[in-house]
Amino acid sequence: MSTPLSASVEVGATTARPRLASGFWRRALRHRSFVTGGTLTLMVLCAALLSLVWTPWSAYEIDVASKLRPPSAAHWLGTDVLGRDIVSLLLVGARSTIMVGIIAVGIGLTFGVCLGLIAAARKSWTEEIIMRMSDFTFAFPAVLSAIMLAAVFGPGMVTSIVAIGIFQIPTLVRLTRGSANAIWAREFVLAARACGKGGFRITIEHVLPNVLPILIVQATIQFALAILAEAALSYLGLGTQPPQPSWGRMLNDAQTLLFQSPMLAVYPGAAIAIAVLGLNLFGDGLRDLLDPRLARER
Amino acid sequence: MSVFLFRRFLTLLATLVGASLIIFFVLDALPGNAAQMLMGADASPDAVRALTVKLGLDQPLYYRYLHWIKGMLTGDLGNSYAYGTPVAGLIAERLTLTIPLAVLSMSMTVVLALSAGIYTAANHNKLGDVGVMSLTQFGIALPNFWFAILLILLFSVKLQWLSAGGFAGWDEGIIAGIKSLLLPAISLSVVQAAILARVTRSAVLEVLREDFVRTARAKGLSKRAVLWQHVLRNAMIPVMTIMGLQFANLLAGTIVIENVFYLPGLGRLIFQSIANRDLIVVRNCVMLLAAVVVIVNFVVDVLYAFIDPRIKVHSL
Amino acid sequence: MTGSANAPLIEVSNLGVRLNTSRGPAQAVRGVSFSLRRGETLGLVGESGCGKSVTALALMGLLPDSAVISGSIRLDGSELVGLPDANYCKLRGNRISMIFQEPMTALNPMHTIGRQVAEPLRRHTNCSAAEARKQAIALLDRVGLPDAAKRVDAYPHQFSGGQRQRVTIAMALACQPDVLVADEPTTALDVTIQGQILDLIADIVAERGMSMILISHDLGVIAENVQRMMVMYGGTVVESGATDAVFTRMGHPYTQGLFRARPRLGARKGTRLKTIAGTVPELADLPSGCTFADRCAIVEDRCRVAPPAAVDVGAGHGVRCLRTDVSMAEAVGVLGA
Repeated sequence: MSTPLSASVEVGATTARPRLASGFWRRALRHRSFVTGGTLTLMVLCAALLSLVWTPWSAYEIDVASKLRPPSAAHWLGTDVLGRDIVSLLLVGARSTIMVGIIAVGIGLTFGVCLGLIAAARKSWTEEIIMRMSDFTFAFPAVLSAIMLAAVFGPGMVTSIVAIGIFQIPTLVRLTRGSANAIWAREFVLAARACGKGGFRITIEHVLPNVLPILIVQATIQFALAILAEAALSYLGLGTQPPQPSWGRMLNDAQTLLFQSPMLAVYPGAAIAIAVLGLNLFGDGLRDLLDPRLARER
Repeated sequence: MSVFLFRRFLTLLATLVGASLIIFFVLDALPGNAAQMLMGADASPDAVRALTVKLGLDQPLYYRYLHWIKGMLTGDLGNSYAYGTPVAGLIAERLTLTIPLAVLSMSMTVVLALSAGIYTAANHNKLGDVGVMSLTQFGIALPNFWFAILLILLFSVKLQWLSAGGFAGWDEGIIAGIKSLLLPAISLSVVQAAILARVTRSAVLEVLREDFVRTARAKGLSKRAVLWQHVLRNAMIPVMTIMGLQFANLLAGTIVIENVFYLPGLGRLIFQSIANRDLIVVRNCVMLLAAVVVIVNFVVDVLYAFIDPRIKVHSL
Repeated sequence: MTGSANAPLIEVSNLGVRLNTSRGPAQAVRGVSFSLRRGETLGLVGESGCGKSVTALALMGLLPDSAVISGSIRLDGSELVGLPDANYCKLRGNRISMIFQEPMTALNPMHTIGRQVAEPLRRHTNCSAAEARKQAIALLDRVGLPDAAKRVDAYPHQFSGGQRQRVTIAMALACQPDVLVADEPTTALDVTIQGQILDLIADIVAERGMSMILISHDLGVIAENVQRMMVMYGGTVVESGATDAVFTRMGHPYTQGLFRARPRLGARKGTRLKTIAGTVPELADLPSGCTFADRCAIVEDRCRVAPPAAVDVGAGHGVRCLRTDVSMAEAVGVLGA
């Protein structure tokens, strides 16, 4: 288990933290799925960031004259039915995907973690009510709640973000509560209670830091789920609306042209799959690295 | 046992009522005036008023809710705003497609996942295990509607074996019907099977580490006999939990997949009703799907009690 | 059934087991040899990690696939090491049976105890389900499970720890095996139950003329229940002989240490329990000489050179120690203490 110390690290109490951190990175860089997943995720992230400052062509400008061009030096992956450059659309699409993912997971985490922590801290009927609520939120998968919201408020990016966020909550509530309950049963929490600390302080000082690794891992997995849900919703026309490019929407457009230009249906799907695969592998790797006890048989 | 069932049944009813309240709140109370939405912003106030009365939307909320519940119990769900025909009939007609589709893809999921999961667990850390597990990692990352499009590209556009969409109808014979459901079912099940296979594998591996497995081996049972007679039943409990949750995902998936293949099922009905602002259809379809999800999870819990003898005593 | 009464039923010679642990390969058992005649009982005693359970699992052929086994194990003259699993399956539960330490987890929670007791019968004999069930009830009755006929269809969680251990004993006895391996059969049980279970095992072993290998870390259990005993340390047998002989003339410093370290009632107030200094060596990095050298009070340089050979200090009483002259002289003092 003991990893050799790097020569530059000096011995002393203050070095404990950097040593631990450098050990983490050394292990991390040797971890196959962590590195693969991290690279893929970083690629998608870079694409999104790049699209903010530069795209080969405008992703919004319609040029019907040059529609459905095959790949060329000017248009690396060709153009779509409205003459837009596919590479530019993919880059900007990455931006929408990541934005929807971050906000939706943010909603899920905020509500899910708070409710989960409260359930674990308060027990009795508070816990019962929160768990029952999350039970029947389970009955509404993201697509279903998005459909309900779209039926009332009209389809759009906000609707889909809210729907995906709501769909994330029950999973996170259950996970947080489960792991928090395990922490509450540990001796150091008992010791803190014996010192007269209240439920809120114990939650912030002891429980939350200890469930954080598990939550970080789950958040990456939830991010992947959010991307899949967002893609499905914009494919159905319930998510990101044109002219804002999105990968799901691109697939919908491409489907009508399957016989003419089949490759148009391949690129955006591959982009979604790469993003999801990257996040899943990254999450698996993180799980192994952050907490060996969580590591399942691979 | 019966106490357990009874208690579980009460929570089932409570969950159904809760779900119906949420659906009613979101789809009936939130929008304000459905008649206005139906006729558009520039409709004359008189016309809107007339439609409001006609649809019974001038009644108080609680009355409309109870009316809806009563309708669900008697099978009279009212008429579709858009088609003017009874909602119950519309739904029933669409179910003749969605139910076979769901059953077909769920069975494909279970067969694929259990065989892959058991195979990989039995060959833990061998080449086959690593290979199948990498495949499932890709399977989980696939958006099912993209996989569906790829299947269309391969089997309809390239090979031209199957049609790219549409439903032949059961009148054309069972074979023709199943043929048009084949690609949709495959695209729904492959992704789910990838997840379930991983769950099955880790559940089986976990049970294989239990002491009673060694006891069974000490009695002279072969590895294979231990796997089938002792391990699987114990491993089924986590697998069934995930199967129950997956059924919910599967129903949500049919909404997407029916749209990919232009299948006239329940999912497509919901989708069209949103476009038509036909809230009464949306409300009943969503309620139906939610109810199925809740009931399936109830059935899974009841099955636990049959599989695991410990549950009977603990709940008494 | 075959072989004359005096021929050994089980003959283990120079058994070695190498396990793959998370810290690399470890020689868990080395150079273990013993033989056991029909009706004879043998005890294996030692601290946890000394290789006694690994020896038992090697006998049963239940070590993980990655384990490397050397030496030979013969049952009625036929070699068991390297036997294909299919053939081994015909012996396990039929001619050699095993009772495990944890009755709470050794039974399948999903099957009735009747089914589990009948399972070896169904596997090894041609009897019908009804016949197997009848025999299972008789077995459960024999091991003292109250109301056996009524409770045969109950599930493991409906029984106490002691009752469950009775069930596992019934399971092990089902096919009238020649050899019973009992691995710490009472360690997980309440003290009040331990005696009952040991008596039950002893009775049945005597009644059926079985051979038994009893594994325990408890010298008292060994002293009362077996004819011959072996003391294991660091994967080797450091002392072996007739139980009486070993207890009257302990030859190995480790055996003496184990004896001194056992807690006793009625010890004078303030008497400290004598412990053996140091800890059990990791099997992955055993020393080249005597495995006990690092903890031994009378260690000399030559002890660390090579593993000591067994010295006969009495009839059939062997001790693996170079310094029996000193230790045996002190042993008198040990027993007096």
